[in-house]
Amino acid sequence: MIMNNITSADNNRRRASADRRNMDWYLDLLVRFLVFIGGISAIIFILGIFVFITSQGIGFLLDRFDIAEFFGSPLWRPTSEEHPTYGALALIVGTASITGFAMLVSVPFSLGAAIYIAEFAQGKVRETLKVLVELLAAIPSVVWGFIGLSIMNPFIIKLFNIPVGLNILNAGIILGLMAAPIMATIAEDALKAVPDTYREAAEAMGATRWQVISRVTLPSAKNGLMAAVLLGVGRGFGETMAVLMASGHSVNLPTSPFDSVRALTATIAAELGETAQGSEHYQALFTLGIFLFIVTFIINLTADIVVRGIRKGNI
Amino acid sequence: MTFEATELNIRNKKMEKLFRILFLMMTLLLILPVLIIICLLLAEGHEALSVDFFLTAPQNGMTAGGIFPALVGTLWLVAIALLVSVPLGVAAALYLSEYAPDNWLTRIINLAIVNLAGVPSIVHALFGVGAFVLFFGFGTSILAASFTLAIMTLPVVIVSTRESLQAVPLAFREACWNMGATRWQTIRHVVLPNSISGILTGIILEVSRSVGETAPIMFTGAAFFLPFLPQSVFDQTMALSLHLFVISTQVPGVPEHLPFGVALVLIGIVLLLNSISIAFRMYLRGKKKW
Repeated sequence: MIMNNITSADNNRRRASADRRNMDWYLDLLVRFLVFIGGISAIIFILGIFVFITSQGIGFLLDRFDIAEFFGSPLWRPTSEEHPTYGALALIVGTASITGFAMLVSVPFSLGAAIYIAEFAQGKVRETLKVLVELLAAIPSVVWGFIGLSIMNPFIIKLFNIPVGLNILNAGIILGLMAAPIMATIAEDALKAVPDTYREAAEAMGATRWQVISRVTLPSAKNGLMAAVLLGVGRGFGETMAVLMASGHSVNLPTSPFDSVRALTATIAAELGETAQGSEHYQALFTLGIFLFIVTFIINLTADIVVRGIRKGNI
Repeated sequence: MTFEATELNIRNKKMEKLFRILFLMMTLLLILPVLIIICLLLAEGHEALSVDFFLTAPQNGMTAGGIFPALVGTLWLVAIALLVSVPLGVAAALYLSEYAPDNWLTRIINLAIVNLAGVPSIVHALFGVGAFVLFFGFGTSILAASFTLAIMTLPVVIVSTRESLQAVPLAFREACWNMGATRWQTIRHVVLPNSISGILTGIILEVSRSVGETAPIMFTGAAFFLPFLPQSVFDQTMALSLHLFVISTQVPGVPEHLPFGVALVLIGIVLLLNSISIAFRMYLRGKKKW
């Protein structure tokens, strides 16, 4: 080889003369490093969240945590003088019943709205509806909670003739109204991601628009729609202020939608301010936080895997 | 030969009309209740709104007066949260859009962003308490609350910025690279100028989101009531969102119109910011050169 004939000194000289690295090159390297830090920051924060809430709750997890009590007992009595109990069952059921009720109300409507906006509406109508849905999604959760407290509460009391209107029904409707725009937006994106050629092929066979939607578009967008619902569930599960204000906030295993319940998130929000840092109660609240973090993590991960299914699958 | 509609044709046509109306009703049922609620808020809360309402502090144990300190506090919180999250978020978006190879690390970053957006706000609050208030020793302060807000809203900035960066055609970059420009020169002189307005719309959305968040600032730096304005980032502060929670649930004897007024102000700010962002986006779409 020719290279073998060239001495290493030659080689170095050659390299030095070819080296055109100037300020710009080093600046580029610096920026590359900085944006990389930014890029991995999301990972650092997710890990940080897990590490910091675990470090605050670990004492309770190691010394006091009893899996049978936590998941099996409905008695959340952290402030009891002689015998505090930390059963989260009522809180889990509370969160689940509110989220379940909210999904019951909002899934059909948000999917229906997504189908109308993506498949039926056109031009100005479509744009207007999209903007309205986007604006609805922006209303802060504390305002929703206030609406539940001051508008829905008297309305429910009057309509059903019951003494208290802060219950699963109220929180469920509020949460449904909150989650619906988000689900509708994601579902609409999923429907729009179905290639037009699919629709055209079906239309060319003489299918009506409804036939195209029910036989072609919906089946192709199935994964995206499922992800939309999952993300809605995740949102409902983690919602704090609205649920705190509209659910009645009483530890209770509900038997009807008119029962007041208490949610996991709301418990943390209501009690953290009153506990001494490092106390058993304080650590128990962080343990609830760890549980919430893990559950929402699983929901989001599942949604992501489901969506990835579309990309690898038929579209 | 004339076209005769068969029984099946007619039935299909009817079905189609039926479903069209059904889905329209669903869409309207989604939107109308909220419009009605906003009207109710307006009806109940408009009497609270006056210039004094915005410029005076709460008085008589928060049963009278205005929202001035809460408004100022929210400004502090959002401004400092922006200082943290915008550089970080834009850097992350630049990395993902301009540098990241398609590998496992990138996939994990994307997953982390999705999860960060999905973590419940109260868990962010717990993180803020554990990390900023206790570990880094900021105490309950504007700084701790803003950092918590910043991390919570980071995914909003990353996702919207990445979208506007990716909307710049690859050909623009290739032309620049062919002139011998480095990656950073290309970003600085070609990619950013062509996407800056899109990035700004994303930042407006983030501001709107931060203004309304309550749970993350509750235990990290926002106070129920403070008679004075914050003097530095290490002070606690009142905030508009928490103020609404406090006067509607924690304080007895607040006249009805006060919390309605605060809710109106909050909704007003958020809807205004979002409308600006949407209008801006539409204007840009009309102006696009490619």
